[in-house]
Amino acid sequence: MFAYLVRRLFLMLVTLFGISVVIFFLLRIVPGNIVDILFAAAGYVDPADKAELEKQLGIDQPLVAQYLHWIGGLLSGDFGYSYVSEKPALQEILPRIPITARLAGLALLFSASIGIPLGVISAVKQGTRLDYVLRVVSLSGLSLPSFWLGLLILTASVAMFGQMPIFNPNPKTWLEAFATYAVPAAAVGFRSAALTMRITRSSMLEVLRQDYIRTARAKGASDAAVNYHHALKNAILPVITVIGIEAAFLIGGLIVTETVFNIPGVARFLVEAIRWRDYPIVQNLVMFIAVVVVFANFTVDMLYAVFDPRIRYTD
Amino acid sequence: MRSVWALAAMAALSVLTASTATLAGEPKQGGILRMYHRDSPANASILEGATYSINVPFMGVFNNLVIYDQHIAQNSPDTLRPELAESWSWSSDNKKLTFKLRQGVKWHDGKPFTSADVKCTFDLLMGKSQQKLRQNPRKAWYSEVNDVTTSGEFEVSFDLKRPQPSLLAMLASGYTPIYPCHVSPADMRTHPIGSGPFKFVEFKANESIKLTRNPDYWKKGLPHLDGIEYTIITNRSTAILAFVAGKFDMTFPTHITIPLLKDVKSQAPNAVCVVEPTNVSTNIIVNSTSAPFDNIDIRRAMSLALDRKAFVDILFEGQADIGGTMLPPPQGIWGMPKDKLETIPGYGRDINANREEAKKLMQKAGYGPDKHLAVKVSTRNLAEYRDPAVILIDQLKSIYIDGELDVVETANWFPKVARKDYMLGLNLTGNSVDDPDQSFYENYSCGSERNYTNYCNKEIEKLFDVQSQETDVSKRKPLVWDIDKKLQEDVARPIIFHARAGTCWQPYVKGITIMSNSSYNGFRYEDVWLDK
Repeated sequence: MFAYLVRRLFLMLVTLFGISVVIFFLLRIVPGNIVDILFAAAGYVDPADKAELEKQLGIDQPLVAQYLHWIGGLLSGDFGYSYVSEKPALQEILPRIPITARLAGLALLFSASIGIPLGVISAVKQGTRLDYVLRVVSLSGLSLPSFWLGLLILTASVAMFGQMPIFNPNPKTWLEAFATYAVPAAAVGFRSAALTMRITRSSMLEVLRQDYIRTARAKGASDAAVNYHHALKNAILPVITVIGIEAAFLIGGLIVTETVFNIPGVARFLVEAIRWRDYPIVQNLVMFIAVVVVFANFTVDMLYAVFDPRIRYTD
Repeated sequence: MRSVWALAAMAALSVLTASTATLAGEPKQGGILRMYHRDSPANASILEGATYSINVPFMGVFNNLVIYDQHIAQNSPDTLRPELAESWSWSSDNKKLTFKLRQGVKWHDGKPFTSADVKCTFDLLMGKSQQKLRQNPRKAWYSEVNDVTTSGEFEVSFDLKRPQPSLLAMLASGYTPIYPCHVSPADMRTHPIGSGPFKFVEFKANESIKLTRNPDYWKKGLPHLDGIEYTIITNRSTAILAFVAGKFDMTFPTHITIPLLKDVKSQAPNAVCVVEPTNVSTNIIVNSTSAPFDNIDIRRAMSLALDRKAFVDILFEGQADIGGTMLPPPQGIWGMPKDKLETIPGYGRDINANREEAKKLMQKAGYGPDKHLAVKVSTRNLAEYRDPAVILIDQLKSIYIDGELDVVETANWFPKVARKDYMLGLNLTGNSVDDPDQSFYENYSCGSERNYTNYCNKEIEKLFDVQSQETDVSKRKPLVWDIDKKLQEDVARPIIFHARAGTCWQPYVKGITIMSNSSYNGFRYEDVWLDK
């Protein structure tokens, strides 16, 4: 197990290095930089001013020098300055992380707490009216884009209650804080819940046909014990995998949800930073997301061992 | 006797009503004006910006030497008011403009305002100071200014190379605030210090901008508001829904398109909404340096094929204006009268006749029903650019031109235009002051950075100078009209239409005036108040 852990950690570092190279060079391949955008916004281009500004920002340097400067800074804790706000990149990124983390966490919680039980019910009640209803719900969850669902929720809230659940930066109570995140989390988590539900259902159906389930029933185990203790425990592995992958995909979903609900999280911030070609922000943020995704995958692998004692990674 | 009582009762009632009305009309102190902002500006420095996304939130932080009256919608030479200057005077040869400055004005950090600050500001703008602005988009405005000199602490003079009465208009623009000498341009981008009615509190990119009341404002009793908070909402649907739900007191100025305005009015029937021209023209930039548009016949044919009314009907439900370079009257001061406008080829009402003439020109150039001209119509990837570009492509089909839409990201738009890597482009041109000098020199003079098409006509440039020096408005207008007509006939940059847009606010917001011939000059907000 220890050797496996060390190998996984080494692979993680190699992956992160590869990601850093890809991020850095992909960003430079995209036409235009911050200086082009600033002058585009001003409606003119003064070559001398442009060159001066590029020099100030260091983007006139060779690409390799720029990359080494960034990585060197990263390793020494210097994340650089935002080209747009001229504030330290870390100061811009850090306050936004908890906002997105809360939203993503709540969305994942929503996804798991709704998706898994409904998936189990759908499998156990296979072929019944309830199963059909749940399958329609899950299918609609997969079909509705989260930005559309978000706009629908906002429009309905205004039309029906005259209220709008957009971000409140200073909630006075715990309940207000929860409400600030709950609606967008539900909007973004709905698709994820639908996917979780479908995976749980199909995995459960497969497990429920196994011999040991029949044996458990023959021994007189209750339905709840069979379904949740014996079947779900073994059916959960693919669900965990999907939830792990969904955690990474959530960032994509959050970009539009944060825009629609006007939540000042990292996902929306990243899009704005890309729009401005704010390299220090984009590079550091994407690296941060990469680290989260890599660790999420690592955690999922470790969870396999917890849920399935047969897996011990002893190879 | 009953009638006497009735009369007395009526009199008492009218006194009561009158006093209530007076009370309702009396500005109330306090409250935060909540507004959404359409995007996150690059920084807070108005002098370095070229978008009203900076002017709207930060104009309240500053003062100008002179300013357009904030309660008169139409900016004109008659609506110029003193601000940091108490008065101004021209020398007898109109080559020296002297301002007597207000005394006792303090910057938000407590330091006193003096003539040195004015000199510093204009040295920065003219590129004469040691410190530099990161960008200086309006340097050309001061090309006729030789020098700015001070005489004591409270007098400053602009020495001009030649008379230029429009200088006052530029100085009154929201784009020309006075900066303090003791704060660097870099600091002004992140934490602006002004002398205006509101102090800067914070600017969180993509989140919010907050201003608070300046208790030491030199205009006693102002501002009425305790502060202004802008929440940055880039999604227009979310922003408008939030306004409808009462989360905001006001929409971002001129942010509501005409079709969306109907939705707002139906969902918030009590909202006060106005529609005004933005003084932003939608126009075609033509690359006349290479084939096929180096051929004047093809350029003229293209201009003749335009059905401007169709653009206005489709995009603005009829609520936009057709004109030349200058914003048409009545809101525009300098626009051509309708009868003169209609004498320009392509502006006549008979579209079919125009297009028949255009077809003949195309045939003369070698194109016809069997041989179409294929062109790329480049434009920025924004709805206000894309939508008219699609209509333009459709209209060009009628004269054997097959257009293909080439959508360009903002970052690449100006580099592409600058290197002349386009055939036809659909462009928007905003005018911050309704004055011919700003428009003509910026967009049509030889060598100007914003003259994207490189149109260069020395004869017409002489006429620019003649109108620029004319101090009598009534004599200057016909000169301007002739120039504008000539520019359209030369297909220098064919103007399609001048846009209009809506602004809404809740009925308890008082003292808002939306300017009708500029989108850049009306956001001081010092006497806006909330009747709550």
